[in-house]
Amino acid sequence: MSLIKITSLSKHYLGADTVVALDGIDLEIHSGSFVGMMGPSGSGKSTFLSILGGLCQPGSGRVVVNNIDLYALGSEQLADFRREYLGFVFQAFNLIPYLTALENVMLPMAVMSLPAREKRRRAQEVLERVGLGTRVGHLPNQLSGGEQERVAIARALVNKPPLILADEPTGSLDSATSSEIMALLAELHREGQTIVMVTHNPENQAWFHRTVSLRDGLVASDIATAAPLRAAAG
Amino acid sequence: MNLRTIAFNNLRRRKGRMAFLLAGLLIGVATVVTLFSLTTSLTLDAEHKLDSYGANIVITPKRDDLSLSYGGITLAGVNVTQNELRMADLQRIGDIENFNNVAGIAPKVLGAVEIKGVRVLLMGVSPEVEFALKRWWNVDGRTLAEDNELVVGSSAAQRLGLATGEQVIIDGSDFVITGILQPTGSQDDELVIGTLALAQRLFAKEGLVSLVEVAALCAGCPIEEMVEQIAAVLPQAEVNAIQQVVKTRMHALAQFQTFALGISAVVLFIGALVVLVTMMGSVNERTREIGIFRALGFRRGHVVALIEIEAVTVSCFAGLFGYLLGMAATRMILPFLVEAHLEIIWDLRLAGGALLLAVVVGALASLYPALHASRMEPTTALRAL
Repeated sequence: MSLIKITSLSKHYLGADTVVALDGIDLEIHSGSFVGMMGPSGSGKSTFLSILGGLCQPGSGRVVVNNIDLYALGSEQLADFRREYLGFVFQAFNLIPYLTALENVMLPMAVMSLPAREKRRRAQEVLERVGLGTRVGHLPNQLSGGEQERVAIARALVNKPPLILADEPTGSLDSATSSEIMALLAELHREGQTIVMVTHNPENQAWFHRTVSLRDGLVASDIATAAPLRAAAG
Repeated sequence: MNLRTIAFNNLRRRKGRMAFLLAGLLIGVATVVTLFSLTTSLTLDAEHKLDSYGANIVITPKRDDLSLSYGGITLAGVNVTQNELRMADLQRIGDIENFNNVAGIAPKVLGAVEIKGVRVLLMGVSPEVEFALKRWWNVDGRTLAEDNELVVGSSAAQRLGLATGEQVIIDGSDFVITGILQPTGSQDDELVIGTLALAQRLFAKEGLVSLVEVAALCAGCPIEEMVEQIAAVLPQAEVNAIQQVVKTRMHALAQFQTFALGISAVVLFIGALVVLVTMMGSVNERTREIGIFRALGFRRGHVVALIEIEAVTVSCFAGLFGYLLGMAATRMILPFLVEAHLEIIWDLRLAGGALLLAVVVGALASLYPALHASRMEPTTALRAL
């Protein structure tokens, strides 16, 4: 079943030297996929992820996620969409420094009308799921890089979104911790989670179910992986 | 976890910035509270001073002639009719709307008597009311207790050679001088004072009075309204306010209030600017954080609410501490402005007003930074994506 349908997606940054970030991309991503978006710097992959995440208005084209035409929505509806349908995992973790791991995970629920106990229960559950059940009261600066990334993943999962968008989640981690994080993402994928991940690290390709390479704003290649590492991780 | 949790945690983390914001608003609120409570205390002080000035409304019988007296020179007027005031009528003053502001009603009967061959003015009074109102009357000896007793003004006593304890004869009756008034520098120095009943008997004016002085004792008294109210219940009387005393005081206080309002507005404006600049700095410092909130699904309204919760929380503290600081400043300043009757009013309405003022100023001054934060594009704010 198609979860994401992208049609003729373009984005040009106008200026003295106009930059063509995306130049008419068509792409369909099925529910339950683990898709890697790869490409060199400036290939447009980060812009692609921003537009897919409802964070950046495209120049032209359509982005439909879960049958919702994103850029037909108003700014506030787009915010609601991000909260309900998306989970973001950022390269720099982007945790709030003055909130504990538990509070950071509860952040997407802060503006939801749920009982405090229910919010806490859900956050605790998802932190245990990523192996941080005993670190709930720690502030980000008391956690290692890998632990912070796990908190970020837990935060992305807490609202049970149909789609997780990850931007270089292993970019600032050593190789051992990177493998742990990739194994965790692969495990989530195996449980049915759809993940679109941007990376420039070719080692990560082994974990993907499908790899889309971008070059100069166009899809250069779109390859399905026959036996991804996810099977091995399982 | 809700917006309040995030706001409170942020306030705890940015103590320095929040202390600066608190100080800016606190000084503004404290200044307003100080000036307001000083004005209140000074008004109260003026009220007590007015009390010392005695009567400020005079009721006399209605006359149909014009006064032919100016600068101490009196010509004979043509008296067409002379209405009398009746003691019984004075009870009607109790019916006026502002009777609560009436501190004393002092009826008097005036007439000339002869003592030791010299004609002097005798004033019959209700001793307990008259001596209470005229606090500047200091008597050597004692005041009146019986109808056969007299108190004599200093000039009259000197002219007639009278001393305390001396007996005098008026219209064939014996009277005792119980006291001599110390000099007042007014017409009172030339009077002989007796009881009202005595004067009414001597001048054959039983049940009648020559004039009545009324003391309306409060700085904010609607004196002119009270004059109208008394005139309405005593149509046969001429009612006049001794307006100079009241109006001069009121004018001075009104000027001080205007000055206080002006200073308050300026200081509050500066406080609001401090809040605006501090909150703007805080928002710019938190660009990335706001981007995260927006990326995670916070609406623009949520971001505005978050910034406003922080501003209102700090403003509440500024209002509370500003009130206490303002009252402390009043306590320190008031002794330099008021010689006696030092009174500080702990007014809950002022405390509530200070709190409300701080919250309104804090919330309004933070509105622009809050809107600025909410308008940030998530990608611009994050830069990571």
